[in-house]
Amino acid sequence: MSRSAVDGWRPSAVQLERESYRRRQTVRSAAIAAASTLVVLGVVGGLVVSSPGWERVHETYFDAGKAVDSFPAVLAGLWMNVKIMVISAVAIVVVSLTIAVMRTTRGPIAFPLRLIGTMYVDVFRGLPLLLVIFLLGFGGPALDLSGLPRSALFWGCASLVLSYSAYVAEVFRAGIESVHTSQRLAGRALGLTYAQTLRHVVLPQAWRRVLPALMNDLVSLQKDSGLIAVLGTVIDAIRAAQIETAKDFNYTPYVVAGFLFICLTVPMARLTDWFARKQGFHGAGGMM
Amino acid sequence: MSEPTSETVLEMAGVRKAFGANVVLSGVDLTVDRGECVVLIGASGSGKSTLLRCANLLETVDDGVITFEGEDITDPRVNGDEVRSRMGLVFQSYNLFPHLSVLGNVTLALRKVHGVSSAEADQRGLAMLDRVGLAEKSKARPDDLSGGQQQRVAIARALVANPRLMLLDEVTSALDPELVGEVLDLLSDLKSEGVTMVLNTHEMGFARDVADTVCFLHDGVVHETGTPAQVIGDPQQERTRAFLSRIRA
Repeated sequence: MSRSAVDGWRPSAVQLERESYRRRQTVRSAAIAAASTLVVLGVVGGLVVSSPGWERVHETYFDAGKAVDSFPAVLAGLWMNVKIMVISAVAIVVVSLTIAVMRTTRGPIAFPLRLIGTMYVDVFRGLPLLLVIFLLGFGGPALDLSGLPRSALFWGCASLVLSYSAYVAEVFRAGIESVHTSQRLAGRALGLTYAQTLRHVVLPQAWRRVLPALMNDLVSLQKDSGLIAVLGTVIDAIRAAQIETAKDFNYTPYVVAGFLFICLTVPMARLTDWFARKQGFHGAGGMM
Repeated sequence: MSEPTSETVLEMAGVRKAFGANVVLSGVDLTVDRGECVVLIGASGSGKSTLLRCANLLETVDDGVITFEGEDITDPRVNGDEVRSRMGLVFQSYNLFPHLSVLGNVTLALRKVHGVSSAEADQRGLAMLDRVGLAEKSKARPDDLSGGQQQRVAIARALVANPRLMLLDEVTSALDPELVGEVLDLLSDLKSEGVTMVLNTHEMGFARDVADTVCFLHDGVVHETGTPAQVIGDPQQERTRAFLSRIRA
């Protein structure tokens, strides 16, 4: 009698034929994907290049010399975006998790916590991010609070953190509430306190469920870090491109900045897709 | 390989399925004739569920051939969706759609797969629910039903499109003991109406009553096969006897 894979099993002729058919199908699918992609890109590219204004657009937005000249300054600016993103992301996780836990508390005693959490989310989800940056970026330093820096960078980051935390808190809350009540009951039945149940049973499950959605917010944060440029004194990629553009009114640096932002977010987006697939969510949509 | 007769609905020959290094089926041969009720028995992990999932093409076999209504359905050129539309599969944990009503669950495939008009689908769905004794629950949500009722809805859902073969995977294992009877009674009715069935179960008394053929799965193959009187009443193989004595202990 045959046993496991080391049992000397050899695929039968019919199985070998099936496998070779599946391999041929895979090759065929890849060939069709490549051909259709080439055709679509060719048609779109042809339409753009043959448009009447293409000459002027090409000069103003796609000047190779200008791109090379402005690249170092814009790249240095992008490093600022990355720093803003990383520092803000850490602060956002802390603030939003606190808000989410506040909003999911139970019992009458915790009512003020729920009230504050709800009001916070209502206010900062309602305010446009740009408005928060204007208000805090210019108003924050004017407050002259002791112990807090007055730099536009600090207040710009604070705006991002306050605004994004409202969204991310709602993602966390959805995750916490998606963990079935029976899990809480099981935790409490073991003698864990409410907080211990939250920490050791609910949050570890909630966290895994919402991670793909959180990664999506992180990609979005990466781009929105560029909005701090409106404060003028933080030299990020967009502000750097603006300065370069002002020299001769050639807009190529903006295209350079856009290209660099894409280079930054694409790996992030693929990482999100990969993670979502690993978690068993198939709705995130990969490449093929 | 025995010559399949015109009355053969399903035939498995040398079916192999491994998950990584774990070879679950290592060469299963099985024949199911029209109107026959085949009951699979065997220990947990002996491959009973995997066998049903392979028959339904939910799992791709690693080797061997499965013939359904005279067609080799393990051929990769075969449209698996079309094959599945001619079979009914009932799961251990019902797997009803919680966002649809009971009637919505029963009529979904009729409307979306079989192209039946909504009015006719509702009519056939209600008739099927009446047959399983749940006509008055047609507007309820699955979550509002007991386990036994949910499983009867799941059977109605699988049966409503007149499948040529019903596959039932441990359909009473998740039920409270007092609810098992209503589901087994329904299966006995189906058997007497001539529905072709392959099911796996731990209910030996039921297997003895309803089965035409009992197959004992062990080590990835059909270890012993025959009538219930032979396999359950007077097993010839040592492994079969050991399994049955553990069940009865």
